Amino acid sequence: MYSVELKQVDKSYDKEQLVVKDVSVTIEPGEFFVLVGPSGCGKSTLLRMIAGLEDITSGSLLIDGKKADHLPPSKRQLSMVFQNYALYPHMTVEDNITFGLDVKKMRKKEKKEKCYEIAAMLGLTDYLKRKPRHLSGGQRQRVALARAIITNSPICLMDEPLSNLDAKLRAHMRSEIRELQRKLGITLIYVTHDQVEAMTMGDRIMVLNEGVVQQVGKPIDVYNTPANPFVAKFIGSPPMNLTTGLVDKNSSKITISKEISIPVDRLVVNDTNSDQVLVGIRPENIKIQEEPSSLDLSFAVTIDHVEILGTETLLKFKWNDDSVWYAKWYGQWDIHVGQTVRLTLDPDSLCIYDGQTEKLLQGPKNIQHQHIREGII
Amino acid sequence: MKSTAEIQEKSINKIDLKWRFIHWRSAILYLLPSIILFSVFLFYPLGKTLYLSFFLTDQQGNANVFVGLENFQYILQAESFHKSIKATILFVLYTVPTGVIISLFLALLANEKIRGVGIFRTIYSSTMGISVAASAVVWLFIFHPSMGILNQLITSIGGTSIDWLLHPDWALVSVSITTIWMNIGFSFLILLGGLQNIDDHLYESAKISGASYFYQLRRITIPMLSPTLFFVITVSLINAFQTFGQVDILTQGGPSESTNLIVYSIYREAFVNYQFGTASAQSIFLFICILIVTILQFKFGERKVHYQ
Repeated sequence: MYSVELKQVDKSYDKEQLVVKDVSVTIEPGEFFVLVGPSGCGKSTLLRMIAGLEDITSGSLLIDGKKADHLPPSKRQLSMVFQNYALYPHMTVEDNITFGLDVKKMRKKEKKEKCYEIAAMLGLTDYLKRKPRHLSGGQRQRVALARAIITNSPICLMDEPLSNLDAKLRAHMRSEIRELQRKLGITLIYVTHDQVEAMTMGDRIMVLNEGVVQQVGKPIDVYNTPANPFVAKFIGSPPMNLTTGLVDKNSSKITISKEISIPVDRLVVNDTNSDQVLVGIRPENIKIQEEPSSLDLSFAVTIDHVEILGTETLLKFKWNDDSVWYAKWYGQWDIHVGQTVRLTLDPDSLCIYDGQTEKLLQGPKNIQHQHIREGII
Repeated sequence: MKSTAEIQEKSINKIDLKWRFIHWRSAILYLLPSIILFSVFLFYPLGKTLYLSFFLTDQQGNANVFVGLENFQYILQAESFHKSIKATILFVLYTVPTGVIISLFLALLANEKIRGVGIFRTIYSSTMGISVAASAVVWLFIFHPSMGILNQLITSIGGTSIDWLLHPDWALVSVSITTIWMNIGFSFLILLGGLQNIDDHLYESAKISGASYFYQLRRITIPMLSPTLFFVITVSLINAFQTFGQVDILTQGGPSESTNLIVYSIYREAFVNYQFGTASAQSIFLFICILIVTILQFKFGERKVHYQ
């Protein structure tokens, strides 16, 4: 179990544009750490720098507390799973799995034992004599995993390993990889563009955009209190709804539309640099208005699209300067397109961001973690 | 009831036949240009050669007297033809392995991602653009006993000059060197293409496993390159069997028939001695030899080749 530490790491290919800017993070031993961001955000480059396949332009990399900037990939005690698996097409599954051990000149018998052990763990025993091209996508994926873990490296890097699989298999492999990591206790650094993978797999996630770290934290914290509008939009499906609001410093209110103004803490209002803010709310916190309350945050909209997913119903509508919003309700709702409904915002679930600096001014107050009391079945 | 079913079946069969004919006709139409070209330039000359090999001919190459297999009997007993076969086999052994190994080496060098590697790629593949005659003349000067740069180099470092093209032991080696040099461009280009088709991730993965350069070469590059290598070896083999131009310009088959390769021997038989019958027999012999070698190569070589 090794830790990986990045200190002010920069990367530039052409000495002009930085593709990774000033990334500093400590990945704890045995942690499942996910790098997530849209394509081209530098997450794969960062991973390849940790692997030693790319040079670090400036900054430093520490593996297990030791400086590793200039170590060759083989000396960094890590294994890697590539997006296209990078299996050797001319070798059998067995040879593919044991390639790393061949290099280390392990004895034949020991090698075989180890291969069978790993193959049994991943359900590959029947396929050991086959060539990769005779395997399905999921089986190839497992071979790539087997090849990575057979070397017993304390660190494993994965570069979008599930993106070539179909949705069902992906969901299955997510839990399988997570369980494998827990069982082996390795430090796993996982790159993905899929926020669902990030949310469900990571102990901690790091959201990257254009080479800059946006937020690092536990998935649920990132979900509940996104550090800026980018993270709010990127994490969550459908994304967080955002709209602009005007700040009235005298009455400490934020006016979103003609109908709605939200009272906020005076301190929050005083923090703003501009008189514009971004107000965000998760789709599940938009409710249908049932009874008028003292604080009226309700508004009428025409529904553009309805998706009933069995357990939940997703509504799409345009509101306030034609920004597209979503509402997500538990259960199956019989609402049709074109219908006008009156919705209300939950005032305790709002995220308020500075209009200029895009910094979080106020997060939601009603984060509820539900616990199951032990012993009750 | 039964009769209607029968009638239906029959009509279906009829329609089926009609469509089959239409498909067949369009297939032939598509094939026609190739059939015409191959017939004029390949099948007709091949047939004619086979025909001539059974005859004695006059000076214009017209078939005169049917002699059956006598032409073949004659060439198989002729000492000069034995010599020619021996020279050809030696020539193939000299040129093919050496040429492929050198091109592979150059291709590996030129496949590295270094600045300015494009210049080297151009240089290494440039011999492809030079005609056989031109390069043979250049080598004629290089091999020249007194003025040639090769002998000047040898004497300048204290060696004794060699009669490259004039000594029976050296002439075949000299022609081989020229041939290797001329063929490198083609083999290099094909092998480089093959190398560049190999997925970089395989090497990255191997690097992380800690495989050394030569281990990667042995376990990844060569097996992944095997289809390309197989192709290059087959083509060079056939080319080596058919060498003519450089022999004609450098040695004209001499000295004492040491470089009288089969194709050159065929040419001399036909256009110097006007023995079109025996020349045709030699051609057929060469054709069969190349055919057998290529079949053998496909049979034994292909097992070791990995196709993706």
